[in-house]
Amino acid sequence: MSGLVVIVAWIFMIAGTVFFVTGALGLLRFPDVYSRLHAVTKTDTLGLGLLTLGLALKSGSPGTALLLFVIWLLVLASGAVNCQLLARYNLELEARAADTDELNRQGGNHDV
Amino acid sequence: MTFELMPDIILSTLLLLMAWGALYAPTRHDAMALFVAFGLVVALIWARLGAPDLALAEAAIGAGLTGVLLLQAARLLPAESASTEHRPLWFRSSLLFLLVTTAMFASMILNNNSLQLAGSGISANVTADSASLPEMVAAAMGDSGVGHPVTAVLLNFRAWDTLLELLVLLLALTGVRQLYPGVNRNQQAVANTIEQTWPLLLAWARFLAPLLVLTGGYLLWRGADGAGGAFQAGAMLAAAAVILRLTGLLPGLSWSSLLLRLAVNIGALVFLSVALATLMFGDGWLVYPVQWAGALIVAIEVFATLSIAVTLSLLVVGEPEELSA
Repeated sequence: MSGLVVIVAWIFMIAGTVFFVTGALGLLRFPDVYSRLHAVTKTDTLGLGLLTLGLALKSGSPGTALLLFVIWLLVLASGAVNCQLLARYNLELEARAADTDELNRQGGNHDV
Repeated sequence: MTFELMPDIILSTLLLLMAWGALYAPTRHDAMALFVAFGLVVALIWARLGAPDLALAEAAIGAGLTGVLLLQAARLLPAESASTEHRPLWFRSSLLFLLVTTAMFASMILNNNSLQLAGSGISANVTADSASLPEMVAAAMGDSGVGHPVTAVLLNFRAWDTLLELLVLLLALTGVRQLYPGVNRNQQAVANTIEQTWPLLLAWARFLAPLLVLTGGYLLWRGADGAGGAFQAGAMLAAAAVILRLTGLLPGLSWSSLLLRLAVNIGALVFLSVALATLMFGDGWLVYPVQWAGALIVAIEVFATLSIAVTLSLLVVGEPEELSA
């Protein structure tokens, strides 16, 4: 029985690691900030979830499992907030850049 | 080579790569990001070596707060000029450094096999020289007043070092205060964008700050019997203060306030007065009376935590006008 649990735990942990690797790949390969954020946060959430699930199964103690679950929740929430903040900051930067472009174009028209 | 050695080899290689990257990255931002990553790898290595105290301090101060400080310094510097073109000189000096350190490590490993023993999982206590220190600490633990060897060394047997660390922190803040008046005020523009804080960030800061205070208090209290202590707790509290300050929930601190100056200095003051008291009425400089040792250490740690927290948060989020009063 315990052997089966350990095998399942390892499967979860390896799957979690695979998610982390794909997240890193997405961070390196995706073209803009939003898709990169998507890659990193989604895979972080799921990868860490699988990893903690595997570790909790492997530890075999309910206390450790609860602790790992709470850690996962904290990282989950902080990842979500950070993603939102970075995306919003970038959006505002883009909006500002677009505004200055618009102003420059209008200024140019007046000159002509 | 055993399977146990694999993570250590990977971490050491990663550490060297990060160090190389932080030194030779093409842009300033890459170098800073790699330096923060370097700090995290160092923390992992400490944890792997069974030193959670150092791992916590390195992660919180070495990687976290230093990273923020670097980012802020970069914001104040002018845009990057031509990249460093002293590559030949750099290359030669780093090659020399590499050779010297390699020779040192090699001679250590050849002369004293404790490193090899530690690497292969056998306790290093077997060797003669390195065994004496842990044994001496273990033998004196009963008189230290605390239950954790690291805390006993830091705040009792080698309290001098910790006192000087507090003074170094004070010196750092003094240095920053000296430099600030010369800073130009284009920082104001960035500060204004933070003023209009987003609701999600506000809510998260309100949730995170009490948690950080709780963790800091736990680390401080736990320090007597386990991993933790004043520096780790102070870093936690400073992180809470930085978050609250950046979201505008905490009003700006003013150097002219007596309370703030007292908070910055109280750790060193309490430590110094304990040292003076033991010198005058006790057995000598920082030699605590055995029955009082525990209480004295806790008192010193509590005030040191306060000073460390306030100093670190001032270093990170202190505005020029707040610091140069």
